[in-house]
Amino acid sequence: MATLDLGIDEVAAVAPVARSRRLGLLFWGAVGWTIFILSAAALANVLPLPSPTDMDMLARRAPPSRLHWLGTDGLGRDELSRLLYGARVSLTVGLCAPVIGIAIGGALGLLAGYFRGRFEQLVVGSMDVLLAFPPLIFALAVTAYLGQSLLNLTCILGVLGIPAFMRVARAATLTLARREFVIAAQALGATHARILLRELLPNVFLPLLAFFLLGVAVIIVAEGALSFLGLGVPPPASSWGSMIGEGRESLEIAPRLAFIPAIAMFLTVLSFNLIGDTLRALTDPRQGML
Amino acid sequence: MLGFVARRLVYLLPVLVAVSLLTFLIASLLPGDLAYVILGDQATPDKVAALRHDMGLDEPIWWRYLSWLGHVLEGDFGRSFRTGQTVWQAVSERLPVSVELMLLAEIVGLAIGVPLAIACAVRSGGPFDRFMTGSAFGMLSLPTFLSAILLIYLFAVELRWLPATGYVPFAEDPLANLRFMVLPALTLALAEWPGIMRVLRSDMIATLQEDYIALARAKGLKASRILFVHALKPSSLTLITITGINIGRLIGGALIVETIFALPGIGRLLVGAIYTRDLIILQGVVLFVAGGFVLMNFIVDLLYAVLDPRIRHGHA
Repeated sequence: MATLDLGIDEVAAVAPVARSRRLGLLFWGAVGWTIFILSAAALANVLPLPSPTDMDMLARRAPPSRLHWLGTDGLGRDELSRLLYGARVSLTVGLCAPVIGIAIGGALGLLAGYFRGRFEQLVVGSMDVLLAFPPLIFALAVTAYLGQSLLNLTCILGVLGIPAFMRVARAATLTLARREFVIAAQALGATHARILLRELLPNVFLPLLAFFLLGVAVIIVAEGALSFLGLGVPPPASSWGSMIGEGRESLEIAPRLAFIPAIAMFLTVLSFNLIGDTLRALTDPRQGML
Repeated sequence: MLGFVARRLVYLLPVLVAVSLLTFLIASLLPGDLAYVILGDQATPDKVAALRHDMGLDEPIWWRYLSWLGHVLEGDFGRSFRTGQTVWQAVSERLPVSVELMLLAEIVGLAIGVPLAIACAVRSGGPFDRFMTGSAFGMLSLPTFLSAILLIYLFAVELRWLPATGYVPFAEDPLANLRFMVLPALTLALAEWPGIMRVLRSDMIATLQEDYIALARAKGLKASRILFVHALKPSSLTLITITGINIGRLIGGALIVETIFALPGIGRLLVGAIYTRDLIILQGVVLFVAGGFVLMNFIVDLLYAVLDPRIRHGHA
């Protein structure tokens, strides 16, 4: 216990400036990589890149050169260009799907934690049904029926995230709803809507945001797995998962083709995990010392 | 205990019914009529209508659900219109492969995670602890299909120690079977150990500060006995919880690993059914896996209650 007390004193003693310094090189490295890959993906069509779908059958699996900085893939398409256009798909799904989760799951969790009773039972029960499916199996089955497209993929993975966001929001709301400031607001005659939006939501939002970043990492992996199995966005569009899947076939001749998108995906997932975990530690005082 | 089991069973039934309903609805309401899929693009409307009638697809949806559920309860999950195999045959043929894979993965994961957790907890905050905690965090960011490719590249392409794909039944040749299983199981285990280590480590750090550990030390017991027997025992609950939580990810991971390493398991059956649009197999396997998953969680709950009386009586 002594170490824990000491830790809290330290945090209390240092000013906010020192605290941000404590975040460390790794955290800022992760932020840097995230910004880099996000802007590279956003600017993919402005950058002077060869087309990601133009095939050059004479230069298949060509090594890196001045024309093709990362070489070409099995169909002679520019690897760097495919990597950045692939980043667009992976990041679009990775960022949009958790938005569905945070919006619906967060709202349900907030309402369930505040109103309790029958409504809470219904929400928790229906989430249990959704959780009864192993996530990847559910995603695969629904994609198979709905058909492969960017929109379908985002929606399916988004729906799968709802239970987790619901649990985080509900757990936070349950403890907050008993706090003095909520009781005070109720005593002052505030409406339910006001309490939910002005008192509870701002406090639930930070833990949800930290969880959102971890969710982005999970979704990028899930999208990668689906694309790897050939059930992501339909070709010729590339995504990191499908590039890794295609690269697997030439692992003996050109391992680079699988490893370049793999490294990009690993770094991105690691970055979102690092940033999310740091934020979670900062917003959750109980686990802050872990 | 009986009361607890009854309470959980009452909760289990509606979940199972809802799972079956959802599985059915996914397969029935979404575009792509089964009759069209079977007959192909060139089917005439008359033929489609006739087949729809034969298969009962023109009945109202609630009636189709009830009759489907009735068949399922009788053990008839349907028959593939592509291979003629029943879902039950296909699943029971492939289940042993998946179960073996997941068991091996969990064993390897525990074999890596538990000793590391103990080593970290003994000197928590030390260089080894910090290094392993960091590595575990990094490993959590490594998706299964990435570690699979990494392992294939290392052990199958570069070193040529192990086969990258293939399978021999355990009953035919146990050694060859294990040779084919090493890389797939290791791939899954690489995703398992970080979670096991992280949770067990923080659990152990708390346990090692308890008075009875100090007493055991004062009595002069050997350090290894204190760590592996006295300190590990209260964490058995935690280990069961992690295993329970991991099952869902393990099933998903097994699906990817089976596809990559060409193991004839349930996951590959499912992916194959998707590629060939074999909707009956798909529906049956999804129901089977989801039902099995719910039952396994139920068993984990029961184990939990057996080990911790507080849960049985609803105090925790």
